[in-house]
Amino acid sequence: MDLKLDHHTKDGIEVVNVEGEIDVYTAPRLRELLIELVNNGYYQLVVNMEKVDFLDSTGLGVLVGGLKRVRAHDGSLDLVCTQERILKIFRITGLTKVFGIHDTVDEAIAARKAEK
Amino acid sequence: MATVEVSFTPLPAHVRTARLVATAVARRSGVDEALLDEVRLAVGEACSRAVEAHRLRCPAEPVRIALTDAAGRFEVEVTDTCSDGGGAGGRGGNGGQPDDTDGGTAATGQPGDAAQPGDSAQPGDAAQPGDSAQPGDAAQPGDSADLDLDRGLGLAVIAGLADDVRISETPGGISITMSWPAHCA
Repeated sequence: MDLKLDHHTKDGIEVVNVEGEIDVYTAPRLRELLIELVNNGYYQLVVNMEKVDFLDSTGLGVLVGGLKRVRAHDGSLDLVCTQERILKIFRITGLTKVFGIHDTVDEAIAARKAEK
Repeated sequence: MATVEVSFTPLPAHVRTARLVATAVARRSGVDEALLDEVRLAVGEACSRAVEAHRLRCPAEPVRIALTDAAGRFEVEVTDTCSDGGGAGGRGGNGGQPDDTDGGTAATGQPGDAAQPGDSAQPGDAAQPGDSAQPGDAAQPGDSADLDLDRGLGLAVIAGLADDVRISETPGGISITMSWPAHCA
């Protein structure tokens, strides 16, 4: 399955919906989208990974790269994910401590608003 | 003799095919359903690394995967097949040393893991000689840093997922062997 990407603004936060497989082949497209969003001034991002079937270290690298970019503008990048097999990869690499990981997009947005 | 062997052109698009084949053979070999995701991810990581190494050194030569079902184990060997004998040259360059952060996070995730690939003398060195040279990548300033991170994370993920990991140097580069328990039907 290929990677599908779309994004929309909700409550002032840019929500990126990712669907399919994020691997060494498809991850560059996600990276380009995150770079494009940051270049266009979107610094508050929520990446919704509920429909991601597969994530590898290339995908993790892209997410960390995105986080680095938004943080350079005092922004944020939160994740939405409840799938155990995807969460496991974040745990193995210790990245659960780096990303805010939420159960729903609304919860991610609410948590981000509460921090402001 | 391996149960199934696959050779593929070192392009990122084919890593998915390698993952699918490995998962199918693992299932057929009786690897527990719950472990198949781990097999899929670890094989994908090993193949991504090999593809990267080949693209830098010998893009015309295929990456080789051998899947073997024997003695209650399902074993996967992913091997670089560069004929330039680049394994030693890559090591000399020491370009792709996984950075400290990655090693640290891997250690945190797997405190008791005996199969840390680091045992076998810095596999990352020989694996990624070119460091930031990424053919075909649109040169964004932050990209090479992201890619370096991917490399360290890839080995961390393999170490965290495979039941048993061995990394060795071969004439063609690096060979990563991983195995999982299988209960043959």
